[in-house]
Amino acid sequence: MYKLDQPPLLFEASRPGRSTAILPPCDVPVVPLDSLIPAEHLQKSAVPLPELSELDVVRHYTNLSSLNMSIDGNFYPLGSCTMKYNPKRNERLAALPGLGAQHPYQDDSTLQGMLAILHELQNDLAEIAGLDAVSLQPAAGAQGELTALFVAAAYFRDQEPDRKRTQVLIPDSAHGTNPASAHLAGFETVTVKSDSRGLVDIEDFKSKLSDDVAVFMITNPNTVGLFDPQIGEIAGLLHERGALLYLDGANMNAILGVVRPGDMGVDLMHYNPHKTFSGPHGGGGPGAGPIAVRAKLAPYLPSPMVGRREDGTYFLDEDRPLSIGRVRAFFGNTGVLFRAYCYIRSQGPDGLKRVAQHAVLNANYLLSLVRDVYPVPCGPRCMHEFVASCRTLAKDRGIRAMDVGKRLIDYNFHAPTVYFPLIVSEALMIEPTETESRDTLEAFAAALRAIAAEDADSLHDAPFTTPVSRLDEVKAAKTPVLRWTP
Amino acid sequence: MAYIANTPDDVRVMLGAIGLDSLDQLFDMIPPEYRLDRDLRIPPALTEFDLTRRVGALLARNEGADRRVCFLGAGSYDHFIPAVVDSLASRGEFYTAYTPYQAEASQGTLQATFEYQTLMTQLTGMDVSNASLYDGGSAVTEAVLMALATNRRAGRVVVAGTVHPEYRKILETYLTHLDSEVVTVPPQNGGVDPSAFAAAITPDTAAVVIQHPNFFGRLEDVAALVDAAHAHGATAIVSVDPISLGVLRRPDAYGADVVVAEGQGLGNPMSFGGPYLGILACRQDYLRKLPGRIVGQTADRNGKRSWVLTLQTREQHIRREKATSNICTNQGLLALRSSIYLAAMGPRGLREAAELSTRKAHYAAEALAKVDGLSLAFPGPFFKEFAIRCDKDPRAVLEKVGAAGFHGGVGLGRWYPELADHILVAVTEKRTKDEIDGLADAYRDALAAS
Repeated sequence: MYKLDQPPLLFEASRPGRSTAILPPCDVPVVPLDSLIPAEHLQKSAVPLPELSELDVVRHYTNLSSLNMSIDGNFYPLGSCTMKYNPKRNERLAALPGLGAQHPYQDDSTLQGMLAILHELQNDLAEIAGLDAVSLQPAAGAQGELTALFVAAAYFRDQEPDRKRTQVLIPDSAHGTNPASAHLAGFETVTVKSDSRGLVDIEDFKSKLSDDVAVFMITNPNTVGLFDPQIGEIAGLLHERGALLYLDGANMNAILGVVRPGDMGVDLMHYNPHKTFSGPHGGGGPGAGPIAVRAKLAPYLPSPMVGRREDGTYFLDEDRPLSIGRVRAFFGNTGVLFRAYCYIRSQGPDGLKRVAQHAVLNANYLLSLVRDVYPVPCGPRCMHEFVASCRTLAKDRGIRAMDVGKRLIDYNFHAPTVYFPLIVSEALMIEPTETESRDTLEAFAAALRAIAAEDADSLHDAPFTTPVSRLDEVKAAKTPVLRWTP
Repeated sequence: MAYIANTPDDVRVMLGAIGLDSLDQLFDMIPPEYRLDRDLRIPPALTEFDLTRRVGALLARNEGADRRVCFLGAGSYDHFIPAVVDSLASRGEFYTAYTPYQAEASQGTLQATFEYQTLMTQLTGMDVSNASLYDGGSAVTEAVLMALATNRRAGRVVVAGTVHPEYRKILETYLTHLDSEVVTVPPQNGGVDPSAFAAAITPDTAAVVIQHPNFFGRLEDVAALVDAAHAHGATAIVSVDPISLGVLRRPDAYGADVVVAEGQGLGNPMSFGGPYLGILACRQDYLRKLPGRIVGQTADRNGKRSWVLTLQTREQHIRREKATSNICTNQGLLALRSSIYLAAMGPRGLREAAELSTRKAHYAAEALAKVDGLSLAFPGPFFKEFAIRCDKDPRAVLEKVGAAGFHGGVGLGRWYPELADHILVAVTEKRTKDEIDGLADAYRDALAAS
């Protein structure tokens, strides 16, 4: 972030008559347009888009970009988002026409390289999950969750046609997408409490487990950064009742090559390749949300999947009669999946395990540097992230989690995730990732410690060095202005 | 070690600070019986040099629009992408940032998104736009869910059979689990008959979905279809091709309530189907049930104009199971690319792209209709895409056309068994007269040889 001033809006910079010539003149016979398309369908006046020169456009977006913090420029310890380095080699490969210029309805024979990559990725993701089959179709983690729940519902409709399982159990520490997805899949959500350690309250879980339960959605490691060792017991209790265990794979970075979800009883899960496998976050997307499942659930996965014939050629398999159908048009977010493939190939088995080791090492080291000032209620150790609390700072000195987050920006660090998970008050959820150096972690810890000693009143006004100061969010919601008007 | 900065010395110091002796001990929390006691069975690591060579070689096996002249469409199009789009969107400050939760450190993304929302309202004539959804298909489905929630009606949804078959499939997959009924009005002669459409709409119909230009490229009698929806108070959702809005009437002119679109054509590569851009814009009445992220204008402590994510009480991280949608991300980078595209093209450039596509498609239709064994399938006006009927097995014909260097069209039989001998041909502004003439020759040769 270079902290320039904001450029005017595109629309304010527009000047009538300004333009950039991009397209060539027409080389087929030019006849009046209304001889091709009836006048009733034609617009009477041009779309009121802004009129700009090419340099106007370049300056505008270059200057806008300088107002952003980004991984390329800043440490970005946003908990649960795994903001690791996005390798440039993957970007260069993704820009090749061998990816970008491929149409989704090309004949399979012209897509053998593409399909080989996607087939390998299906296999790799199944192996990393310890599960049997993978669908690459879902467009994001939330859609992966939803798709998996559709798959579970279809499975139960087939297996238990005479009854309906109506409930999905979700821990109170879960991501908000879990209950939203369960609701959209037609289930009633039942919340399972966390215990004082931040793990699933096993007694509460047992009391809520009934024959109505279809799926338990667990995040493990969970959102307070702990591995829940009860997962095997939870899986066993669910399976006794014929229910399924779903894993929200947002935190897979912590366990790559160390433990596989399938080996601890998980039946189905989603990945977030834009987190775990270094796909860039794109300012809020695109992501992807591939899901992995046990063999018994595989027939219900969305279509198509990539198949391999005996002669070694690849094809798109649409002939899957039990499939739930589609959640997305075309194949999926191939560009994001492709980067995940490049990343997994760059790491290999040793590399992926090292990713988990250093992600957990970095998080624990950072935790050790700050815990005396920012207590970690669910400590003393963590996996890839930890949740520190500003509760005592807030009580004793009036410094809130939001104040700390905003002030960190002045120190050139992006804020951690604040006020999530909901089970820790004044939460600062910090995930450093494996790609950060010890120097960066120490500098960040020093900034956190310095902020705790700053004047509380002035912290409420932080940040001070950004292009804009703290924003009035209430005004934005109360009187919504959602577009520019002349 | 790929992308890891810690040296052996760092590791020693850091483990010491934590009070551990080995990296392995970091995973003490995981019961040993679950731990993987072998290496993952995936191929060994590749250096950057080897990765580039190996993946480059795999990609070189694909024969896309870079290797064969592309006349494929059906929802994904080979439109021209100006250099500024790639150049600006590949700035790390944009693509390595995340959701602008910390507004003060994200004004670039926030302003760009506010501008995107504005551009979408300018393009569609709607009052508001969200910050984008996954793709055109998810936009259709989310629009229907939004209409169901807004109208609070038991949900009959009437869908034109000329809406992209995969979009309809997504809708069906989602609505299976809700108390809604999807009624599809089958196409007649490549379009939807307004009276048949009106007959399917009942007083309990919450929404209708129309695609214009439709899946076959044809223009629907869209005003009549929208009127039929309104006659029963149903929400009229219209799926459009954003490039077509360079020449066609804006959807507000014929009364659309919600406009959805696949935004791929606005500066995004075809990329084997994704990531793409779901556009969703609507009239003000739907705002409180609008899914996805929205950026709003506000002021900072000094009264300076600024932007922030807003109306978040609709969203899942606040509302959890009561959220308007489960969607968390938007397609930020694609929305950015589309904004840069529209800013670079301007009103004249968009009109040129649309006009050139129209003229070249009509030239191509005429050229192909003259080929023995091919005929135009449907009467009526079209934009940049049209269906042809092929007297011989389309699969064999397309294969021969392919061998001559063309992606000659998309067979329709996979979605419409009754149209098994039909091929859908799309023509963008990128196709030249020579390429179109070449396509006609290739079809002629293929049909003669079959």
